Amino acid sequence: MTPEVLTLSNTPLLYTAAMLVKVVVAFVVTLLIVAYATWAERKIIGRMQTRCGPTMTGYKGLLQPIADGLKLFFKEDIIPAQAHWFAFIIAPMMILAPAFISISVIPFGSDYQFTYDGILYSVPLQVTDLNIGVLFIMAMAGLGVYGIVLGGLASNNKYSLIGGIRSTAQMVSYELAAGLSIIAIFMLSETLSLRGIVSAQQLPLWGLEFLPSWVHNWYIFTQPLAFGLFFISSIAEINRTPFDLPEAETELVSGFCTEYSSMKYALFFMGEYANMITISAIGATLFLGGWDGPFFSWMNFLFKVFAFMFVFIWIRATFPRLRYDQLMFLGWKIMLPLALANVVLTGFAVLLWQ
Amino acid sequence: MFKELAKGLSITLKHLLPGNTTTVQYPKERLEIAPRFRGLHRLVPTQDREKCVACYLCPTVCPAKCITVESAENEKGEKYPRVYEIDLLRCIFCGYCVEACPVEAIEMTSAYELANFKREDFAFDKERLLKSQEGAA
Repeated sequence: MTPEVLTLSNTPLLYTAAMLVKVVVAFVVTLLIVAYATWAERKIIGRMQTRCGPTMTGYKGLLQPIADGLKLFFKEDIIPAQAHWFAFIIAPMMILAPAFISISVIPFGSDYQFTYDGILYSVPLQVTDLNIGVLFIMAMAGLGVYGIVLGGLASNNKYSLIGGIRSTAQMVSYELAAGLSIIAIFMLSETLSLRGIVSAQQLPLWGLEFLPSWVHNWYIFTQPLAFGLFFISSIAEINRTPFDLPEAETELVSGFCTEYSSMKYALFFMGEYANMITISAIGATLFLGGWDGPFFSWMNFLFKVFAFMFVFIWIRATFPRLRYDQLMFLGWKIMLPLALANVVLTGFAVLLWQ
Repeated sequence: MFKELAKGLSITLKHLLPGNTTTVQYPKERLEIAPRFRGLHRLVPTQDREKCVACYLCPTVCPAKCITVESAENEKGEKYPRVYEIDLLRCIFCGYCVEACPVEAIEMTSAYELANFKREDFAFDKERLLKSQEGAA
């Protein structure tokens, strides 16, 4: 018996309930990962630099994110006299919101099936399946720039302004490379829906039928160059080391968030980590087969997200920051041509083999 | 280029393995102090008084000019320091006073936790210098 898919017109109550549960679970889990990503980052970077990381608050410093949050919450909230107060307040929200919104189109598990009133229902573990999912994610990633630029502009501080300007140039130029590397993916999958991309990755590898059935066509194997380009440009897009020029605490004090304090600063901080989670989830979905794998579907997905985040943290612990001209050189003269070449190559491959 | 990047990543990954932290959890754990460590000064006592004969060699040799000595004679006709004071805020812990002393009346302990709240608390007079212990201020 085939399960019935929940729809708003046939089972409105059940549909609404399932939707609410999905939204709440996705939101809370993301927030939890954001909180504990800060702990994991400090711990891992500490260890990699032969330090300890937080050890005092709770067992192995596990209560540190909560203590940090409480501290920031009770600190004085300063809005500089010369700042544009409305833009100053709206900027941290503008960086956090797009990061969380992008989570809504990402499938975090296979269909969940349950019986209610004798009928078998199936719920896709994805808040919403947009048919233009990838485009939506790119749009939201583009919106993220505004938060930083606005924060830098509104602060009326030279360091913040330089941070904001750097981020505009950086994020706009790396978005191109990221977008072009993703184009190669949906040339193969022939759909923009993330659900469709995940199911396309469950076909046999390279279309070879004689391989064992657990070898799946994850796009990291068909598009290794696109994966590399996406990975590097996504690090640049979420402003992490070695591309953390907008923040650059050694040269720009704290970059675009110099003037921010209290909960507004915490929002910027959360936005950075939420972006990291979003990018990890997108990378896992587009290149590593989404929730495909040996364990429960949501476990596979979380495992891949954590692996991505570990690599981000690992890279931060290892590499120094790029110079501004090196960053632009890498973005426009290496990444962009490579991404274009990859699109052309994929086009030829699709023509030849299909 | 890629080789160097991979090498850097492998170094940090190696450090991640347990047992690579070099941090000493200071108030809980302490590093072992070298035998000739130069910490807080101590005036060495004999049976009834300090060994010091107030010869003024230590204030003379002191490059920071932090030692104040005033000599006097006791009832037995021996010279002794009526005042012996070290201003720890000026002291550079060079140990020249210890080297200069002809009767080995001053030595340096391993006490290094010498922080205090008031400026006056850093003036160590004779009584305090006689009482200073190994490892404690």
